[in-house]
Amino acid sequence: MGYGDVQMIDENGIRVDGRKAGDVRPISIELGVVPVADGSCRMTWGTNEVIVAVYGPMEAHPRKIQRQDRAVLDVRYNMAPFSTSDRIRPGFNRRSREISKVTSDALESVVLLELYPRSKIRVEIEIICAEAGTRCVGLTAASVALADAGIPMTDLVVSVASGKINGVVVCDLNKAEDNYGEADLPMGVLPNSGELAFLQMDGDLSQEEFQEAWDYNMEAAIVIGDYCAEALKNGGYNL
Amino acid sequence: MKGGSVARLDNMSGKGNAAGPHDSQQAPLLVAPGEDLGDSEDYEVGHGVIVMDGRLRATKQGQMKKDGKSVSILPSRTKYFPRPGDLVIGLVEGCTNNIWFVDIGAPFNAILPMSLGPAKMEFGGTRSVIDIGEAILCRVQEVEETHSSVVTMKGMGLRKIRSGVVEDIDPHLLGRLIGRQGKALRQLKEDTECRVVAAENGRIWIDGDFEGMLEVRTRLRAMTAEAKAATPGGVA
Repeated sequence: MGYGDVQMIDENGIRVDGRKAGDVRPISIELGVVPVADGSCRMTWGTNEVIVAVYGPMEAHPRKIQRQDRAVLDVRYNMAPFSTSDRIRPGFNRRSREISKVTSDALESVVLLELYPRSKIRVEIEIICAEAGTRCVGLTAASVALADAGIPMTDLVVSVASGKINGVVVCDLNKAEDNYGEADLPMGVLPNSGELAFLQMDGDLSQEEFQEAWDYNMEAAIVIGDYCAEALKNGGYNL
Repeated sequence: MKGGSVARLDNMSGKGNAAGPHDSQQAPLLVAPGEDLGDSEDYEVGHGVIVMDGRLRATKQGQMKKDGKSVSILPSRTKYFPRPGDLVIGLVEGCTNNIWFVDIGAPFNAILPMSLGPAKMEFGGTRSVIDIGEAILCRVQEVEETHSSVVTMKGMGLRKIRSGVVEDIDPHLLGRLIGRQGKALRQLKEDTECRVVAAENGRIWIDGDFEGMLEVRTRLRAMTAEAKAATPGGVA
């Protein structure tokens, strides 16, 4: 049986987990979960769970990584060995290196790095439970944790992935849809300005489908951006 | 969306009270980074605010303050940023023949040149005066454009810390510790019979008998926990 034969959306447009095409999985945000860090955030998004800790700005070591005109963002994305049903070998691998890099690039577009020349901001993203779209959850949680650490930013970055399953474009793919779907389009959006900070695409989408996925992502990002802002304003500490 | 209390200058009270910050009766306007604060025309930009495409934008999470024509944000969390004249407690991280490198809790380390050190010494004798890992009470002498700072130990009361303990608190909680005109800090010193020196970088030097020091540390931790609990947890 080919992947395309797996039925993931019924004739009424209801997906395997009961959502409609444009629905996002439930999200919760908690701040200050790592008391020793300068800023931290735990975000659950569907079954995904991520903890992000931010340290700094601090002196950058070794000296060769220092930039004379701005701070450097040291982002490390890591999946815990127990985060998926197949055990993940601990440590850096090709995938986590790539995600660390794209996350760092996306965050660099909002953090006012030029205010802290020669220093370093460390962002540690730890995936506790993975269901699909962990790079999106990691990036969103990282921007909230940076804001919690009091690091000046021009905007938050909210990341959502839309994709195509059984020929239908849907928002925020879950694990089955991610594994057996036809395409995946994760996007990082600045919710206040509507600008784009990051985009990746896996699989094929026609021009119309791409536009539809784009619109879903943009809409969802604005809603999730409001959640993040609300979480930041409501204080930040777990009672 | 939820809450819907968007902080915009146009939403603020129209009483035209030009003196002082915005009405204290009004609930504080909380903002998150990136939030639009209104048109930038006729307003001066203060801490935590930038102008983008003619609009004011918050760059930090905190309370928006409007003081006359100037708009700023009182951040709810900040890293210590050195300013000349600040009394700080530094930890010596390294040294060369004539310079100590001091961690003052800022985004960059400070240097303490031998000429500004606590005593006269031979070239190469830095380590015999202050060794790596030791704490010093010093003052920020200057902060350069590239943000490297110089500290000095020449001045009244500046010394190497030889006894007691150094405790860390968040720099924004210092006001709470010191109180109005130093009342709370004075009370703390009287109650515990300890010497308590609160440095601007959030490090507190506590010196006295064991019970007294323990009491001060307990109170500091309780204060930090209280400040953290004062704001409700995240949102679901």
